[in-house]
Amino acid sequence: MFVRFLPVLFMILSSASMADVEADREAFRAFYAKRFSSIPVEAHVDGVYALDEAKRAQWLEMEEFPPYEFSVDDGEALYDEPFTDGSGYGDCFADGGAVKHLYPRFEGGEVVTMEVAVNQCRVQHGMESLAYDSEEMMQLTSYIAYASRDQLIDIKVPEDALPAYERGKQFYYSRRGQLNFSCSHCHMQIVGSQLRAEVLSASYGHVTHWPTYRLKWQEVGSLHRRFAECNGQVGAEALPLQSQPYRELEYFLTAIARGLLLNGPASRK
Amino acid sequence: MKKVLFLLAVVSPIVMADDINKGRELAFDRSRGNCLACHMMEGGEMPGNVAPPLIAMKTRFPERSVLREQVWDATIRNPESVMPPYGRHGVLTEEEIDQVVDFVHSL
Ligand code: HEC
Ligand code: HEC
Repeated sequence: MFVRFLPVLFMILSSASMADVEADREAFRAFYAKRFSSIPVEAHVDGVYALDEAKRAQWLEMEEFPPYEFSVDDGEALYDEPFTDGSGYGDCFADGGAVKHLYPRFEGGEVVTMEVAVNQCRVQHGMESLAYDSEEMMQLTSYIAYASRDQLIDIKVPEDALPAYERGKQFYYSRRGQLNFSCSHCHMQIVGSQLRAEVLSASYGHVTHWPTYRLKWQEVGSLHRRFAECNGQVGAEALPLQSQPYRELEYFLTAIARGLLLNGPASRK
Repeated sequence: MKKVLFLLAVVSPIVMADDINKGRELAFDRSRGNCLACHMMEGGEMPGNVAPPLIAMKTRFPERSVLREQVWDATIRNPESVMPPYGRHGVLTEEEIDQVVDFVHSL
């Protein structure tokens, strides 16, 4: 009797949990829609440039000669270069690499980001993995981001991924560091205001445009590098790129951004 | 005894001015107080606008101890405060907090 109801019970439970992710997404959209009532929520894919017109004008100028262009071109060449066994990235990724909207995904009990998937592909085909901060990794992911432009983020959070999602969410809301900030303090509570001259952007849209060329870095860098910088800024420990907590944080931020337009690579100050 | 009192009377305004100067330095220094990241303060350049401007402090904080508590740990009054707990997290020493508070109280 009970066994017969188990699938039904399971369905109810899992749909309730799925609804939680959806409820979080709705809550984020509603929060920023209310905070910035004159800005469509989708506009936050441009980060701080959705909020500050003077900065936006400078940024559009920078985008006229996109500083990430070489990275995309070099990445395309790398993407097309066959592996030693004759296969290539095309054997792992569909549509010429226009797959970023499906990442991160939850596979084999862990969050697989784009960078991790690139390395999994290489190792599967007898190649060495790339360092996550290597130029080659940034070039490949620049190309993949570019090929994936204009797709809508389309990741799903299956039942068995919920604990990872929850941990990512918890990371987002936890105070850390000597200065005692959570991500939400800067990117929700005081979003849009200025820390000295820095205008704080909305978290909704934080994941749509990576990797990104930053003037401050003078090169293209990853989302996790930015996480590390935001952690460091408040005196908290910066974690290694692609460490489990950062992958889960990215998973959370991407799940709540489902439906947003991919617009990477981008440039930022 | 008389001599000591006399000395105090002469010395303490000087010490005060010195503390206020040190407090100002700490408050403006990006790697120490960095109060300007969030607060407008007279004489400070490029302030943020996260938090209320620090003006007319004696009128609004007649009790120095209330002001000191805010700097020592802002989450006592507002658990969700974004203001760093300078004392509780040891961002500034007790002496430095007193100097910052003296400076802020003078605004
Ligand atoms: C003390 C304030 C502060 C905290 C805490 C903070 N950030 Fe940031 N963050 C900034 C500032 C300033 C910038 C640069 C301006 C902007 O784009 O918002 C930034 C930028 C970013 C960007 C790049 C935005 C873009 O459009 O390219 C991401 C992503 C980001 N933060 C994520 C996070 C995450 C995740 C956390 C928590 C782990 C966090 N931040 C915590 C201040 C903070
Ligand atoms: C990251 C932001 C931030 C920084 C840095 C910061 N504060 Fe604040 N401060 C706030 C906020 C926000 C408030 C409003 C009350 C609250 O939320 O605690 C506040 C309130 C205050 C108040 C009470 C003001 C009033 O009118 O009620 C005082 C005094 C104060 N801060 C002093 C300082 C001093 C001194 C420093 C530096 C040593 C400093 N703050 C650094 C954010 C900040």
